[in-house]
Amino acid sequence: MRYEAPRAIEEAVALLADAEGDAHVLAGGTDLLVLLRAGLVTPALVVDIKHIEEMCEIAQADGGFRIGAAVTGAEFGEHAELKRAWPGVVEAMELVGSTQIQGRATAGGNLCNASPAADCVPAMIAAGATCTIAGPAGRREMAVEDIATGPGETVLGKGEIVVDFLLPPRPPRSADAYLRLIPRTEMDIAVVGAGVNLTLDDDGLCKDARVALCAIAPRVLRVAEVADALIGSAIDDAALELAAAAARAACQPIDDKRGTVEYRTKIAGVLVRRAALIAKQRAGNGS
Amino acid sequence: MDIEAPSYKWVGTRPVRPDGIDKVTGRAMFGADFSLPDMLTGKILRSPHPHARLVSIDVSKAAALRGVKAVATAADIPEIPVDNAFVGDAPTNFRHWSSNVLAREKVLYDGHAVAAVAATSPAIADAALALIEVDYEVLPHVIDVKDAMRDDAPVLHDDLFTAGVEPKPDKPSNVAKRVEFTLGNTEAGFAEADVVVERAFRTKAVHQGYIEPHAVIANTAEDGQSQVWCPSQGHFMIRAACAKLLGIEISQFRVFPAEIGGGFGGKINPYLEPVALLLSRKSGRPVKMVMTRAEVFRATGPTSGAALTVKIGALKDGRIAAAEATLTFEAGAFPGSPVGAGCMTGFAPYDITNVKIVGYDVVSNRPKCCAYRAPGAPIAAYGIESVLDEIAQRLDLDPIDFRLKNAAKEGTKAAYGPQFGKIGCIETLTAAKDHPHYGAPLGPNQGRGVAAGFWFNFAGQASAAVNVNEDGTAIVTYGNPDIGGTRASMAQIAAEVLGIDYDKIRPIVADTSSIGFNDITAGSKTTFTAGLAVHEAAKDVVGQLRERAAKMWDISVDAVVWENGVARPASSNAGDFDPLALADIAAMAGKTGGPISGHASLAATGAGPTFAAHICDVEVDQDTGRITVVRYTAVQDAGRAIHPSYVEGQMQGGVVQGIGWALNEEYIYGSDGRLQNPGFLDYRIPVASDLPMIDTVIVEVPNPNHPYGVRGVGEVPIVPPMAAVTNAVASATGVRMTELPMSPPRLLAALENGS
Ligand SMILES: Cc1cc2nc3c(=O)[nH]c(=O)nc-3n(C[C@H](O)[C@H](O)[C@H](O)COP(=O)(O)OP(=O)(O)OC[C@H]3O[C@@H](n4cnc5c(N)ncnc54)[C@H](O)[C@@H]3O)c2cc1C
Repeated sequence: MRYEAPRAIEEAVALLADAEGDAHVLAGGTDLLVLLRAGLVTPALVVDIKHIEEMCEIAQADGGFRIGAAVTGAEFGEHAELKRAWPGVVEAMELVGSTQIQGRATAGGNLCNASPAADCVPAMIAAGATCTIAGPAGRREMAVEDIATGPGETVLGKGEIVVDFLLPPRPPRSADAYLRLIPRTEMDIAVVGAGVNLTLDDDGLCKDARVALCAIAPRVLRVAEVADALIGSAIDDAALELAAAAARAACQPIDDKRGTVEYRTKIAGVLVRRAALIAKQRAGNGS
Repeated sequence: MDIEAPSYKWVGTRPVRPDGIDKVTGRAMFGADFSLPDMLTGKILRSPHPHARLVSIDVSKAAALRGVKAVATAADIPEIPVDNAFVGDAPTNFRHWSSNVLAREKVLYDGHAVAAVAATSPAIADAALALIEVDYEVLPHVIDVKDAMRDDAPVLHDDLFTAGVEPKPDKPSNVAKRVEFTLGNTEAGFAEADVVVERAFRTKAVHQGYIEPHAVIANTAEDGQSQVWCPSQGHFMIRAACAKLLGIEISQFRVFPAEIGGGFGGKINPYLEPVALLLSRKSGRPVKMVMTRAEVFRATGPTSGAALTVKIGALKDGRIAAAEATLTFEAGAFPGSPVGAGCMTGFAPYDITNVKIVGYDVVSNRPKCCAYRAPGAPIAAYGIESVLDEIAQRLDLDPIDFRLKNAAKEGTKAAYGPQFGKIGCIETLTAAKDHPHYGAPLGPNQGRGVAAGFWFNFAGQASAAVNVNEDGTAIVTYGNPDIGGTRASMAQIAAEVLGIDYDKIRPIVADTSSIGFNDITAGSKTTFTAGLAVHEAAKDVVGQLRERAAKMWDISVDAVVWENGVARPASSNAGDFDPLALADIAAMAGKTGGPISGHASLAATGAGPTFAAHICDVEVDQDTGRITVVRYTAVQDAGRAIHPSYVEGQMQGGVVQGIGWALNEEYIYGSDGRLQNPGFLDYRIPVASDLPMIDTVIVEVPNPNHPYGVRGVGEVPIVPPMAAVTNAVASATGVRMTELPMSPPRLLAALENGS
């Protein structure tokens, strides 16, 4: 196994594009090393992207944020402005693993690992985040929700890497929230997760909403029907019940050791309702 | 034995443990930390099938791989005949352990060891395992204990006929044994009862969950002498097991105890050690083996999953009229579940005239179960303490008052046979009732549960030495692996007897060739039994110190007393001498008779049984079924806490493991008979943030059979929690959970069914 730690994106892309055999990007390694140790992947080449400066920074850009794909969960949590603007995205990333995992795990890894239960991804989708992809043919931008196609599967082609996430500018009275259910309080994988992002109008009615759910389908889903149930409402009980019902209807989960179809479906409704209330309260507080 | 008056200088204090700094700095040497020059890596090939006949194992390609130095299968170890399966009167069936260590004829569970290799690198060892060709004839399997008892169940062992039934069955089955304990007449008792509650319960197999995986290094020299370094709950047991399983004499090897990162009963039995020794004998090189976490889960000791029914009848005034229970325990692939202990402990906290308990030990295609902290007792207590809670509710009695009304006391005859001596059941329940927790207000969606528990505690053999050094310091040498802080307790006991300071004493756990035989560190016995040996050895030293002082003063030894760490003349009649401190006498040892060295070897009896009473508050999220334990208080009789902090640590640890058992821990098998969650991600032991601080109250009702009154403390704290949590959930929701674990999906389903 060959290990490379390039300093520039173009170099990383070239290494991956020219690789013979199985080549993997290494960010925090909290997914990749687990697979390596279990013998589930046997890479010929590992390209460590943590030495590429551009991928390790959080910058404010065009009223929004540009977050390098190799930024760790701990760095999300330490960034005061990001936390103020996107509390849901930050809380989602901070839920990944534990203190030790937080020092390694990245949002890019969470996305590209393409787990249906990835915590950061629903929050990013709800936020309307896009990402930059660099590859042998240059750079392109894509919506986060279009990256994963199924468990462990992405649209990324040979030599392509996710460079960064772009979070859009925030209208006033906007906020987001992410909630997941796990049997424990940490060190667990979401049984269901829900990200809700809202903008309120001056009367406190929901002007805009985006909602995404994880662990209820083969990939993280943006559910427009849930958002539609909230938009135009005061996010009152009636609207929340419609939103919860829409969330349940969108679920196509599986039975496995972490949860049943029935349980996941119910919990999707519960979490959407609770996350929407938190987002509403945050937005109303002007955060 | 007279209990010494409790005016102790060291007993009951909280000095820092001698192994503490090494452990927090990472310097302590655990099993996987050892390495030797020219060491090989040993690895094990494990069965992917839950049940299959081993048609053939071809190791030739693996053996031919460059870098492979030894390959082993069951063909390399002697088959132990049925009538030679036991050593002495110990309960371990080595014929079964032999087949568990390396499968013979059949594999009986997913993860069963089939072959082993030793190679010059881990990668080569892995490659060699892939080259071993095993021809399996896959057989139908059975996982669940109830299924395993059916007439049409696949039978694991052709030679297993249910013991304990008359007449002897004419067909083999998976039911290894039936046991029964009775007292009085339950039929008559139930006829008198005003309220009778009968319930059926299920619990899942759970693992001890020690953080340190099994690990070993074995090294064999040209003359055939071997040395083994490993963590275990008894290096003398590892020695006995290796000797028996490999057919070698005990004098041929020496076992060194590594620091141990948790055992809880799961490191009593051999897994890797005989295999590493075998590979080292074959290769002539040191062989190191370390299990992965998946191997630990698939192939080492969970305790039983179980099915149980409990029926209890009580009179209006709260007296229990009759009690029955049937416990059916999974043993795993070989007989030997702790169902007997479950039967004996469940009703032991209570004085009941009419009791009947029946137990079944049932094999199925799961890893061989082994001891787990108070083996069997938590399962029995879960069912029994749940039913008691329901009866208290029906009779509108306070659950602690109800238990107090029936509590066992000195003179009570337990259903399992003995009459209790001095015990602390009532004292423990009373302390729980008086605790501020018991009367504290509850918040919304919260509930409170209580439960009691009992454990026998064990005694057994121990050997210890106390050697006085030339400068007046001392070394305490004993032979029980220190899992819970016993080095501190041994030093405290020696300090108390000798009258010198705790930090003048260095306690060590010696290897098998450096001290006499010691039973395992288990049964909550080390502080009791090894402590007795250290106490006796230190008294031996005191006798010698008096003799030396007598010699130095040229008076009779009877005229010398030992007080507060100095020798003095017994009275002015004996002469007028300045007191001699231990250091003064030690300095003169060479001129007064040579080294001062005290020894004791004993087979102790009289371990004091112990009782616990726990109070648990939970909060239930009604929409998701998630349970949060918000407050927990554990009360326990320790007899006498030599080192209260380490007693409290045992109590907290037992509670946490019991809470895990209640809430989320379980072995999950697929329909293919393979374990689906062999890792800490999906085998959910509680993490620190899941739990409140576990409050502890130590009650001290001294054990009359010990000079300081010590009772075992390590096991009883895991007995009440499953019932305490369940009773708290019932109080919060009105729903009584009869199946563990109460994971969120299960509780939500039950809340919605209202059952
Ligand atoms: C103990 C533990 C607890 C965990 N808990 C959680 C949890 O609570 N929630 C959760 O969602 N996950 C959890 N995880 C999974 C994991 O930590 C997260 O998915 C994490 O975000 C992965 O990031 P990473 O940087 O470590 O990824 P890596 O392991 O480095 O990479 C993951 C995958 O993405 C690819 N990749 C990484 N970066 C890029 C990139 N920029 N471009 C293209 N491909 C890339 C890699 O090649 C690899 O295939 C846990 C893992 C562990 C070990």
